[in-house]
Amino acid sequence: MMTESMTSPTEPIAEPVAKRRKNANMLRMFLGNWKSLVGVILFLVFVVIAVFAPLIAPYNPLSTNFTQNLAPSAKHLLGTTTTGQDIFSQFIFGTRATLIVGVGAGLISTFIGLIFGVTGGYHGGWTDNILNFISNIFLVLPSLALLIVVESLVKSTTPLLNGLIIGLTGWAWGARVFRAQAMSLRGREFVTAAKLSGASSLRIMVTEIIPNMTSVIASNIIFAILGAILAESGLAFLGLESVNSVSWGTMLYWSQSGGALLNGAWYWFVPPGLGIALVGLSLVLMNFSIDQITNPRLRQEQGGKRRGRKSARIGA
Amino acid sequence: MRYVVNRLIFFVVSVWAAVTINFILPRMMPGDPAQAMFAKFSNNLTPQAMHALELQFGFSNQPIFMQYVTYLKGLLTGNWGLSFTYYPTPTTTVIGQSLPWTLGLVGITTLISVFAGTGLGILIAWRRGKVLDTTLPIASLFVQAAPYMWTGLILLYVFGFKFGWFPIAHGYADDTPPSFTWAFFLSALRHGILPAITIFLGSFSGWLIGMRNNMILTLGEDYVTFAEAKGVRPMRLVMMYAARNAILPQITSFAIAIGNVVSGSILTEVVYSYPGIGAQLNAAVLQQDYPLIQGAFLVIALAVLLANLIVDLLYSRLDPRVRTGGAAV
Repeated sequence: MMTESMTSPTEPIAEPVAKRRKNANMLRMFLGNWKSLVGVILFLVFVVIAVFAPLIAPYNPLSTNFTQNLAPSAKHLLGTTTTGQDIFSQFIFGTRATLIVGVGAGLISTFIGLIFGVTGGYHGGWTDNILNFISNIFLVLPSLALLIVVESLVKSTTPLLNGLIIGLTGWAWGARVFRAQAMSLRGREFVTAAKLSGASSLRIMVTEIIPNMTSVIASNIIFAILGAILAESGLAFLGLESVNSVSWGTMLYWSQSGGALLNGAWYWFVPPGLGIALVGLSLVLMNFSIDQITNPRLRQEQGGKRRGRKSARIGA
Repeated sequence: MRYVVNRLIFFVVSVWAAVTINFILPRMMPGDPAQAMFAKFSNNLTPQAMHALELQFGFSNQPIFMQYVTYLKGLLTGNWGLSFTYYPTPTTTVIGQSLPWTLGLVGITTLISVFAGTGLGILIAWRRGKVLDTTLPIASLFVQAAPYMWTGLILLYVFGFKFGWFPIAHGYADDTPPSFTWAFFLSALRHGILPAITIFLGSFSGWLIGMRNNMILTLGEDYVTFAEAKGVRPMRLVMMYAARNAILPQITSFAIAIGNVVSGSILTEVVYSYPGIGAQLNAAVLQQDYPLIQGAFLVIALAVLLANLIVDLLYSRLDPRVRTGGAAV
């Protein structure tokens, strides 16, 4: 007992160095893997489109000045809608709304999840029981149905308001994961050391626990963004978003109500969904490598040897 | 036993939470949206009927606690109010007609998706690094990242409109009304195939990748290596030694999966104008049918909570650690 408390004060000094080296390694692993590299590039492409939307889009996305129901041409790369709007410009501006909502809601819900999960997991006892109970309830309640009910009461929401609502309701999965992490971290020596040196529990959570679960947080942010993008586009598709907003979800809504299927206007409903799927794929690809960083056994090299042996036997 | 009691308590409390959210939400919103919905339909209803409905949902001058009690009493006695759109049909009747469609569609598709995903997950984890293992996860992730309604729209466009292989809307043909006949059954099946494929594509990859990763972790355990060294046959090693344990985390992720599937089925039903509860909820929102919105949400929540309860109880049969309060968290 005595020796433990004597050696531990040196730990906080040794830690940062090791951590920095670990972080550099993680970054190299992250970008060295083709999956995450493709994911990062794909995501950045959409970020660039979103940022420079006014420069890329040839027309105002809401302007109805064009001939209606045009097929794709050089003038209208993706044709026009039944109300004479340029679909390509809508797609470009839709990237903006979709990404802002996704990233915003993803960060909000991760933040709430951290508060619930880390507080509960670190403190344990009754605090944990209550917080865990609340997050379990939010976890099992069907989220889209809940969102629909909320939207039915809030009139003509903007994408931003939708993002806020999604962020406020979608944090439960993160809370569960963070709680488990905090529980396993709270018994470690460096936490005990910080406790003995008199740090407050808030300080320990922020400076000792949270920095040691970065990869879990990163992975959670990724899935929260993906979930938020899907939820927002779903709500917009159901017509529960202000019809004047330009997002990929509202494009899908207008394409179905405008009879794009009947008219064979695939260029109307394919791009927005493809956009969502590609952004989603880029996020999932990034997560693949984060998974491998947190979980060394999922890495290819190590398993490869084992597998060789086994498949040889299976072949025999 | 204690575990079972705990799960039952959780079930009851979460149902209570769903009911209470339903009660609180309209009262939290600015501008009293529920009153506005009532007002919109007040021309269609007699003032007495309107008043009775308002009382039932607790919109009265009573203190809020009494409103809440009235509301709970109404729900418990099966008195869920009358639908505005289908006045004077009770919401329970409207919901009762649409619920079987969703249960059938989501239930059957989820079973197929769980078994196919888990089975293929075992296979690709065993044949790790082979063609299937490098292509299938990425392909299925792309499909999963695609929103349900988009997958639905594309399938509908290609197989419904272009090729004309499947009907483009509804749950059955007009000339075969719901009855216990082959004609109706076949018609319902034909109408259900595209929605089912849509939901399958959206949910399959979670099971596949989850199982693959669990399997790889389990195959690396010492006891598997030991069994392999002992000369256990590969098939037996994979199925009886590794898969049996790797399957447990799959069951715990069911809670989140079923929520996603239900969300997806709402969108899918809207795309295909399927007569299920999701499309009903959406229609109710567009029609501002307050009693039906309330009822549909409650039934969806109840179904999901019940599915979770069943899985939790099943889990305790499969994993003795849960019952004995052992290592499991």
